[in-house]
Amino acid sequence: MSDIVICLFSGSGYDRVAQGVAGAGRRLADQFDGRLHAIIAGAHDPELIIRIASVADAVVTLDQKELAQYQPELSLNAITHICREIAPRAVLFGNDTYSQETAPRLAHRLGGAAAGDCLDLMTHDGAIRVKRSVYGGKAIATIELKRSPAVVWLRARAFEPVATNSASVTTVRQTRLDLQSDDRTRIIERKSEAAGASRLEDARVIVSGGRGLGGPEPFEDLQELAAMLGGQTAASRAACDSGWCPPSWQVGQTGKKVAPGLYIAVAIRGASQHMAGISDAQNIAAINIDADAPIFKNCRFGIVEDYRKVIPLLKEKLAALQK
Amino acid sequence: MDAKSIIVNIIVCIKQILDPEIPARDFRVEREKKEAVRGSANLVTNIFCENALETALQLREKSGGKITALTFGAEEAEDALRKALAMKADAAALVVNDGHPHPDPLAVAQTLAAAIRKIGAFDLVMLGRESGDWGVAQTGGLLAEELGAPCVSFVDHIEAGDDGLIVKRQTENGWEKLAAKPPLVVTVTNNEFNVPRIPKTRDIMMSARQPITKWTLEDIGVDSAQIRAGGDYYEVVDLAVPVKEVSCEFVSGDTLEQKVEKFAERVIEITRAL
Repeated sequence: MSDIVICLFSGSGYDRVAQGVAGAGRRLADQFDGRLHAIIAGAHDPELIIRIASVADAVVTLDQKELAQYQPELSLNAITHICREIAPRAVLFGNDTYSQETAPRLAHRLGGAAAGDCLDLMTHDGAIRVKRSVYGGKAIATIELKRSPAVVWLRARAFEPVATNSASVTTVRQTRLDLQSDDRTRIIERKSEAAGASRLEDARVIVSGGRGLGGPEPFEDLQELAAMLGGQTAASRAACDSGWCPPSWQVGQTGKKVAPGLYIAVAIRGASQHMAGISDAQNIAAINIDADAPIFKNCRFGIVEDYRKVIPLLKEKLAALQK
Repeated sequence: MDAKSIIVNIIVCIKQILDPEIPARDFRVEREKKEAVRGSANLVTNIFCENALETALQLREKSGGKITALTFGAEEAEDALRKALAMKADAAALVVNDGHPHPDPLAVAQTLAAAIRKIGAFDLVMLGRESGDWGVAQTGGLLAEELGAPCVSFVDHIEAGDDGLIVKRQTENGWEKLAAKPPLVVTVTNNEFNVPRIPKTRDIMMSARQPITKWTLEDIGVDSAQIRAGGDYYEVVDLAVPVKEVSCEFVSGDTLEQKVEKFAERVIEITRAL
């Protein structure tokens, strides 16, 4: 009961989320003096397997036909089966859709306890504790998991990666499970709105728009600005709820938690629920017409002006500076 | 089976929380109790629970069915059920929590599961994807396990299909559609189409007179000592308000152009260092 499992869904490669989960898993396994197992579920990704194998002590891949594409019930059944064999002290996930969907149910099946969106992971007298942001980022709670295994999904970018050690001897096991079919739910159609684009969670620079934009059109300007900076575009809940941009752009307590090097908030007031999504950003800059907007209490630099006047000029100046 | 008659009983679980809109400067915690101080803040229905109810109401408008709003909370949570009735839920039930103010997620899921079994047959149980207070985001998954039902999370639309339900849910960068056979548990997230409706004045007045079923933990047959104590799944050992000091530099300049130039310089300086 001192082994640790990390569970990853393939599809995003060895991205910052996978690196954070692997790093957290390695350190926890070392603390418990246990082995680090990795479960990689979904379509076969040799690159991901090689990178994970250089951090973990054992890798199990779940890529058989029925599991190559995620299905909620089947994938959960398969992961539960592997975890029962390993009997770990903890199972760690990233904070993607599939992980969040799987973790609490896995905890229930294993007789363990789950905690989610964790910013920190530690041990206290042999118990596993996590820190998580609550009340829309206004407070931080420390939670001790009373059952074993601890099943934790991490705000993965908050966790440092570890150096990969290609010299380590790791067994990679491609598992074929005899899975009973479960047609109670079945994914019949998948659509990616930003084909090929990297995840918002991985963006270095994010240009984000809010209610103050007043409509969908200004988002085109923001997208151009983001493209100039090699970044991506996001939005507040108010903008998404108004239908000005897709829901997948939403950042905040009720959207994505992002951690870019630079977050430029355009016409976003900065309510605490929005700030909860960007608390891990290294630098926040704001463009807002209201000097009293709460966003200015949390940003590194800002400009108090109407964004309509600022954005065209800003694009011009950036283009000149980038030459 | 006729597609239109597949959905008969919809249960929407709702949670009453401290108004998340209260400004950070007014927010305090009681560290001893590991609880937020209510102060002058209102109690409101968690927004995702309202998105869940709205999604249920739209499904009922197209395909029929009966919607029961269910909550596990203090006596005041009756207000959240009255609002659900004003939005035109058909029935409402409250399991009165006279114990720990924030039971752990397994205790909540076990209580809701017992209440749902008491209500009787269900085809669809809907919950918000997470709450605006503790944001635990586990109740749906744990409840599905307690009920032995499949679960789909981050759902924003449900419609009747040829052989069950078509459930659409959000993913990191798009969406997925699932064919689902009831009974089923879903957690609901927001999109532009499930913004909760504003109840009509007449319906608000009518909701005040509608009956609400009230149960104690004993009434629904759960291990009440355990639930009252808050459960044995996890324990909050600390709750603190983080101290964060960032001073904003407002870019200066005599003209807009000068200000924007300074702003652009800062942007370039930071992005080059990334």
